[in-house]
Amino acid sequence: MDRQDFLSLYRHMLLIRRFEEKSAEMYALAKIAGFLHLYIGEEAIAVGAIAAIEPDDYVISSYRDHGHCLARGSDPRLVMAELFGKATGLCKGKGGSMHLVDAARNFMGGYAIVGGHLPLATGLAFAAQYQKRDQVVLCFFGEGALPTGQAHEAFNLAALWKLPVIFICENNRYGMGTPVKKAVALYSNIAETARSYGIPAERVDGMDVLAVQTLMCVIVPKVRSAQGPYFVEATTYRFMGHSMADPAHGHYRTKEEVEEERRRDPLALLRRTMLDQNLAGDADLKLVERDVTEAIAAAVKFADESPFPPRDALYEHVYDE
Amino acid sequence: MMISYRDALNQAMREEMRRDDRVFLIGEEVGHYQGAFKVSKGFVEEFGPQRVLDTPITEAGFTGLAIGAAMAGLHPIVELMTFNFGILALDQIVNNAAKIRYMSGGQLSVPIVIRGPGSAAHQLGAQHSQSLEAWFCHVPGLKVMAPATPYDAKGLLKSAIRDPNPIIFIEAQLLYGTKGEVGEGDYTIPIGKAEVKRQGQDVTIVAYSKMLLVALEAAEDLAREGIDVEIVDPRTLKPLDVEAVVASVKKTGRLVIVEEGWRFAGLGAQIADSVYERAFDYLDGPIVRVTGADVPMPYTRSLEDAAIPDRVRVMAAVRQILGKGQRPIPHHK
Repeated sequence: MDRQDFLSLYRHMLLIRRFEEKSAEMYALAKIAGFLHLYIGEEAIAVGAIAAIEPDDYVISSYRDHGHCLARGSDPRLVMAELFGKATGLCKGKGGSMHLVDAARNFMGGYAIVGGHLPLATGLAFAAQYQKRDQVVLCFFGEGALPTGQAHEAFNLAALWKLPVIFICENNRYGMGTPVKKAVALYSNIAETARSYGIPAERVDGMDVLAVQTLMCVIVPKVRSAQGPYFVEATTYRFMGHSMADPAHGHYRTKEEVEEERRRDPLALLRRTMLDQNLAGDADLKLVERDVTEAIAAAVKFADESPFPPRDALYEHVYDE
Repeated sequence: MMISYRDALNQAMREEMRRDDRVFLIGEEVGHYQGAFKVSKGFVEEFGPQRVLDTPITEAGFTGLAIGAAMAGLHPIVELMTFNFGILALDQIVNNAAKIRYMSGGQLSVPIVIRGPGSAAHQLGAQHSQSLEAWFCHVPGLKVMAPATPYDAKGLLKSAIRDPNPIIFIEAQLLYGTKGEVGEGDYTIPIGKAEVKRQGQDVTIVAYSKMLLVALEAAEDLAREGIDVEIVDPRTLKPLDVEAVVASVKKTGRLVIVEEGWRFAGLGAQIADSVYERAFDYLDGPIVRVTGADVPMPYTRSLEDAAIPDRVRVMAAVRQILGKGQRPIPHHK
């Protein structure tokens, strides 16, 4: 990795952070409605993992999907316009925050039935295997999906058929307000869940983008060379509430706990590493920050100025004609 | 050539798999067992285990896998051992297959056929005897078919496999062994086109799947009483060929709808609504529905027979609508 690679990681993480902060602001202004689940605190996972794959690999995610979509390279203007419900949005305003899709980047969507997209991920991997293309699939989900039957059905099929999919469990310790201890029997080592299906599994510090990327750079080639699925538990923490309806710490966790976790802010960690190891100077970081600020401002401007879809768009795209 | 409904499905899939290597078959026992109902006889031998995939018992898992494969450009055929088991895959079908095109603003498509047997056979009990077509017809984004004859089954299944949308293709278990004329070679039947299966003047019966055969039998007997029945088989349930039903109603002025599914919120209620909306002034009286009883299917023969529409009940409904007999015995409360 050269300096530009480090800066690129930083840029993507900062883009997500600022995008999410701006989304919250726009939600408060009622520019964005519905459910809005922010990725703040978890940026290192999407950015580190997606930095390790190729453009024609597949990415699929849950409803907390802005980070994966932006890390995949989607235009923030189109993502913000989608959140605003505008005709110019990635999905023409029909998907919304939880259902971003950018097919041109093989970002195959955010899905909002917990556990329901894991079988889809096996299908994308099956298609790659069937067509003898050496693509891999990154499937992101929260630890809240682990107890679902569909997750287990997906693990079993992926292991049985040696499908090129990497299940990335973003363990932020709370499924909505339920702590993982109350939800997952093997909570202290959830990778065991995957190992019980014969899927090799690793745990990584999901606050450390370099650790995530380094691990993924080892795993991706193995999966690509037809060795079958992999499971990664990335430990992380959601700095914000479950959704905009939930305050930052809520009733299910203490303010002190949130404060404590915020001290391991993934952006601050990367920044410190880069400065300490002389991988970037203050001026470089400032430049990135300026770029990101401009990109976010442009995204909001674009979204705000874009038109809502006309009413006759209602029946478009129900069927493929 | 006279072949069975089962063989017609076999031919349709075989021809399409030879034609397009994006098409593959996936489900429980579709390979080496040759299909629970032998629909995929000879497939694994011809196409190999890469294209004829035996799955574990994991309906949500393999249906979801197939939907994902379709999103990536393949054209899967999912065989559900029965549609009763498809309930386990309902999340995948309703939340994913039916919505992905719309949610993505048209970026993704899900060209998939989900097929298998539905409705009652002989004393299979409450969990293996359901007619669930109305559930699927309710969902925007899905197309639903339930052909009754080998000819229609073959032509419609081929159209379904070539269609870029998710399709629910329901085969009645008791139809697999029935025989009919099927033309040689490649033909398709357009999706959403009904067919008049019997011309008549006095009353229209709409019936599909196994109930078409019941209606045809009833019509023969009614003919001996001097009642001339026209029978319309929608074949595709969604999109429904309302035009064809309305055209027949305009001719006869009377409509009986026969369905095996439960009465309350059943498909017949929708067909009646569509006809009232389009052809109310042409009706000489209220539409009469003959339906399955609103009960879980009982095991014992006497009660099972009472729960499923039969020739006698269809005949009684026709006589009733013509004012020629007493009301049919109601089987719903």
